[in-house]
Amino acid sequence: MTKFAKLSFKKDELNKELSGFFKGMLENGAVNAVLAPMAQPKKGVRLSLVTSAAHTAQVDPFAPVAAVSGAKIASSLTARPSGRKVAMVLRPCEIRAVVELVKLKQVNLDDVLLIGMDCLGRYENTDFAKFQEQGGTSESFLENAQAGKTAMADFDIIGACKICEFPTADNVDMRLCAIGAGNGTVFIEAVTKKGEEALDKSGIKSGESPAGRDEAVKKLVAVRTDARDKKFTEYRAETNTFEALADKLSACINCYNCRVACPVCYCKECVFVTDTFRHNGDQFMMWADKGGMLKMPNDTIFYHLTRITHMSLFCVGCGQCTSACPNDIDLMPLFRTSADKTQARFNYQAGRSVDEEQPMAGFKSDELVEVTGQVK
Amino acid sequence: MSDFEPKIVAFFCNWCTFTAADLAGTSRLSYPPNLKIIRVMCSGMVDPKFVLKAFLNGADGVLIGGCWPGDCHYINGNFKARRRVALLTELLKQYGIGEERFWLRWIAASEGNMLKEVADEMTVKLKQLGPSPLQNMGQMVG
Repeated sequence: MTKFAKLSFKKDELNKELSGFFKGMLENGAVNAVLAPMAQPKKGVRLSLVTSAAHTAQVDPFAPVAAVSGAKIASSLTARPSGRKVAMVLRPCEIRAVVELVKLKQVNLDDVLLIGMDCLGRYENTDFAKFQEQGGTSESFLENAQAGKTAMADFDIIGACKICEFPTADNVDMRLCAIGAGNGTVFIEAVTKKGEEALDKSGIKSGESPAGRDEAVKKLVAVRTDARDKKFTEYRAETNTFEALADKLSACINCYNCRVACPVCYCKECVFVTDTFRHNGDQFMMWADKGGMLKMPNDTIFYHLTRITHMSLFCVGCGQCTSACPNDIDLMPLFRTSADKTQARFNYQAGRSVDEEQPMAGFKSDELVEVTGQVK
Repeated sequence: MSDFEPKIVAFFCNWCTFTAADLAGTSRLSYPPNLKIIRVMCSGMVDPKFVLKAFLNGADGVLIGGCWPGDCHYINGNFKARRRVALLTELLKQYGIGEERFWLRWIAASEGNMLKEVADEMTVKLKQLGPSPLQNMGQMVG
């Protein structure tokens, strides 16, 4: 049974209440550092690493923006551990990516208190700036988004979030619960023993649990799942040939931003920037000769398909690929539709459990007999 | 389409299928010249990129030949190959390259006759199926 602590806040004081929680944890030694979305001095909200209790006032965990995936930050902080205890406040998609990175030994959770926030979606980085200019706050977002109103005058939450069926985080020590909490209220949930101890140390009293939460989450997941299935069907029909896929990717300039932004693109050095793909001039000429012409830079589809073979099993659908594309290619549905197929084939779900072996990391002698169809 | 000759890129394991091809030759069994054989040290070293590149460059079929389960020279390379083939198949299917164009087969060093059978069968099936949907497009748009 998990423990809940209720935080009621007056208008414009959500972050003040939440900062008390983080301040308490730091002051009482529950953790030595907090990684959480923090308001920047002028505008914008970015993940920041706070080690002093005096600097918790700017926390803004529910801000609908994620300029970079927090899973990559978690990797920077823990792949070579500091030995200091850190609380990380991350979105559900970031947590699922963290789970995959743990298995790849690129994140180490030994000294981490993982806190998952309820996520109703995020705006693109540039749209979030407009959102703030138009007076939007995390409070207004939580209230409107729960009523299904995420759209602003000329932008909306990103496509990935609209079809995301994971608005709440699993595999965490604590959750920041907003969905179904009611206006003017959020809950802090301690899920694991580690989480309970941290909650106690923070000085916040536990008690009442959010009555409407399960129902509200279920409703949201149903809406998102429907939208997901619709999007999948649509996108698969639009890209059922290589030609159609090439058309979707026609604006690609091989900048590889999508794989830089991708939290689960795990190679230290991407093969596409190695000597393997540094060809001699006569090689390009030969390829051009073959069909009479060669689009340059070449190997665009090859790159994207290779990326799919590498990361689709771990794709958490965060949409950072689409956000990172300088030419506005909507890559998320390409990776998500592929991931849906490849993960299903191996009965695997990215981010579901740290104990589940990644499909390409193992094998059995008596499986997948249908691949060859041969039995001795 | 009767004079269509499919191009099949065949990645054969040095220890079994490639040796089987050798045996087929020394046994004077004839098999179709549609196979372009690339000798690899193990089916487990066939990088998905090799397969993707073959198809993107217009191959009508890709055949990977490996050792029967339990016989791998490197103990388990063939099992790794099998998982990769399953993964790639899920991906390629979406774009019209189905299981009928992308084969993994276990062919032991002693099975020269089976190599001939698989080569015959794949060539006939691909002739019926016609050219790859990527025939003339790989490098042009890729």
